[in-house]
Amino acid sequence: MKKLMSATALMALMAGGALAQQTVRMGTEGAYPPYNFINDNGQVDGFERELGDELCKRAELTCEWVTTDWDSIIPNLQSGNYDTIIAGMNINEERSKVISFTQNYTPPAPSAYVALSADADIEGGVIAAQVNTIQSGYIASSDATLLEFATPDETVAAVRNGEADAVFADKDYLVPIVNESNGQLVIVSDDVTLGGGVGMGLRQSDTELREKFDAAITSMKEDGTLNPLIIKWFGEDADVF
Amino acid sequence: MFEFCADPKSLEGFQWFACYLTSGKHMNMYWAFGTVLLLLAVTAPIAMLFGFFGAMAARSPFFALRLIGKGYTGMVRGVPDIVFFLFFVIALDQGIEYIMHLIRCPEWTEPVRNGLEFRVCPQAKVPLGNSAQWIHQFYGFMLAVLTFALVFGAFAANVLYGAMQAVPRAQLETAEAYGLSHAQVFRRVLVPQMWVYALPGLSNLWLILIKATPLLFLLGVQDIVYWARELGGAKTQAFDYPHPDWRLYYFLFLLVFYLGFTRVSEIVLNRISARLSKGQATAAGEAMRKAGI
Repeated sequence: MKKLMSATALMALMAGGALAQQTVRMGTEGAYPPYNFINDNGQVDGFERELGDELCKRAELTCEWVTTDWDSIIPNLQSGNYDTIIAGMNINEERSKVISFTQNYTPPAPSAYVALSADADIEGGVIAAQVNTIQSGYIASSDATLLEFATPDETVAAVRNGEADAVFADKDYLVPIVNESNGQLVIVSDDVTLGGGVGMGLRQSDTELREKFDAAITSMKEDGTLNPLIIKWFGEDADVF
Repeated sequence: MFEFCADPKSLEGFQWFACYLTSGKHMNMYWAFGTVLLLLAVTAPIAMLFGFFGAMAARSPFFALRLIGKGYTGMVRGVPDIVFFLFFVIALDQGIEYIMHLIRCPEWTEPVRNGLEFRVCPQAKVPLGNSAQWIHQFYGFMLAVLTFALVFGAFAANVLYGAMQAVPRAQLETAEAYGLSHAQVFRRVLVPQMWVYALPGLSNLWLILIKATPLLFLLGVQDIVYWARELGGAKTQAFDYPHPDWRLYYFLFLLVFYLGFTRVSEIVLNRISARLSKGQATAAGEAMRKAGI
């Protein structure tokens, strides 16, 4: 009886919550600083955390943060484990076939090669990239040998221990790592710009939610609060709108 | 945790490590040890229960029950664990939500399956989209327990089935000759004697179960292997405690943990084995009788 009562109380509590603000679950990877990472308190942190919280405030939504493996981030969205992907995901044609994107909240960002020496063979050598990224797709269609890893951290580790000749990833992610490597790692050759900038991914049937976030991003672009946020997390040299 | 941890970047040596190892993220890892141990503690008895009923069904004189028992063990044993983990959990989760959808939203007209998307009405989400994070985590944990129990239950069923067949026929016949009913023979003669035959197989399963816990991360539960990878990875200045790639040390720690845990299990299992052999009509029981233990 007691159990039944507490169960009913719990149900009532949940039903009561449904009447309040809509709760949106934000799915991210939590392993891609400075876009998103898990800080030392165990909380999701980074550019997208700050941006996402602001967007939710503007769209009057309650947001919960969830982390998931990068590899299964799209399938988990589709099966409804969370409602948005906000994980440094570039907008491209292939992804747009399966999910829908908001407008981009960062300009198309350059990708860069990083290696142990400036004369590394990036055209025909072994290049590490994270699985299912625009960078891994780019390497796969080039002459270089692609070596894929589940997490971005492992791609850099592969260069350090000589498994790969170079790593190819978003420049924003690589620059802090290169700067702190005491000269061990260097950026090789010119940047390559891929994709259409980073946007939030949503289920294709969730048009209403997409419009809400789209409007919130537009308002941040218009009142000039987005650019300072980009500079705060990606440095003075970052591309802004 | 400590007062001197307020400004991590200024710390050095021992103090740095003291703060580093007590950061919120590390606390999450320590909790994950609890999660893994809890999973084992909850899963093992449930898997035994599944195994016991599976074995009973497989030995049943009724064809339908036998089919269920044999079908269960055959299905699960024939499919790789990892496939089962990926498929079964998604199927179960979506199955539950679909049933809830039919109950709570009868007038919903949009298709539930839309291409690759699975979309039920918001009221049918399990757990509800707006419920607290711990409810989501608890639900994920329970799915994990059920999946582990089903997989390991199937193996246990086969072990127990073999153990039931291994009890000497003469023992059962004697019991029947004393006029015990079928159920009484099962309960008082067969079950007490079968454990000694089942134990080697069950102890194998227990050790495999311990080592299978890293599969938890596939189910969205953040286990110790996930945290070791996350904490060990190189950290830039964006973090409070920057450090190079330390995964080796974290995984070394896990190695020690798993080895220690399996060793303790072995010691306990050996004791149980000695206890069960006492007075049994087996070689081990006979050796104990001669030694006068």
